[in-house]
Amino acid sequence: MRKLFLPLTIAAAGMFMAAPFLIDGAPYESTMGLVQKIFYFHVPSAMTMFVSAVVCGVASTVYLFKGRPSADRLAVAAAELTSVFGVIVLVTGPLWARKAWGVWWVWDERITSTFVLWLIFNAYLLLRKYGGAGSEKLAAGLAVFGMANVPFVYWSVNVWRTLHPKTTVVPTLKAGMRGPFWFCVLAFLLFYVLALSARARLESRRAELEELYLDIEE
Amino acid sequence: MKRWWPLRLLGTIVLALVLSSSIAAAQPPTAAAQDGFVPVSRTAQQETIPSARLVMIAYGFAWVMLIGYLWSIWTRIGKVERELHDVSRRIKAGGR
Repeated sequence: MRKLFLPLTIAAAGMFMAAPFLIDGAPYESTMGLVQKIFYFHVPSAMTMFVSAVVCGVASTVYLFKGRPSADRLAVAAAELTSVFGVIVLVTGPLWARKAWGVWWVWDERITSTFVLWLIFNAYLLLRKYGGAGSEKLAAGLAVFGMANVPFVYWSVNVWRTLHPKTTVVPTLKAGMRGPFWFCVLAFLLFYVLALSARARLESRRAELEELYLDIEE
Repeated sequence: MKRWWPLRLLGTIVLALVLSSSIAAAQPPTAAAQDGFVPVSRTAQQETIPSARLVMIAYGFAWVMLIGYLWSIWTRIGKVERELHDVSRRIKAGGR
């Protein structure tokens, strides 16, 4: 991964620089017009948030059952990224909603459940930072709960009647919109992999530092 | 007969006045075309927030978050690496 890190970073940077041009070339949506173009960052952010929540949950499960410290470090990294992408989703969504629905926020099922998911992973981070000894396992349990919420958040728009667009929007995208959308999804996921790798390395180096301090005390 | 016609005329006029005033009073009051100018204190925001501004804020925010997060990882790794270097040096110095 280390050898690929720099070339992949350059590739991700290039993709993010190219994305605005592709988005600009995509056709306008017939009812929402220009504001619908927030979709090309909003939805990939949401998809990345869900992926990150699942990664955190899976890594936490491995840590709970196998006790591997590397799994715990990966879980911490994924939780932080879930929070970051969650902020992007929860800010870009209302900016779009203000024009599309006439309101900044509604407490509908998709939006509320996404907000709750974001709160769960923030709780994970707070627990890790301030929970003291033994908080790793408690936080891991919380992450598993958070991961279990992801399908509910995703399917909420199909099960309940909400203002939020349904999951059928993405599979039925027209050709002009499909290309830029999946390009942005790929860019976000590539960024995610790189950021996850870097963040997990930070946790690894912190663990090494702690061991060195323990060696000094001994 | 000739003496009564002024009274009849007067009576007719009075009756006409009474009837016309009652008919006029029965009509609904009509508002003035415009009583006065009312300045716009707050229009609906939907009409005043352009889409382009919302799109630019959304993309700008996403960029700031992503770049800001990368910067935060970079500074935190730098801090830990420096501390690791210092502690390693102390251990080596202590071991001599």
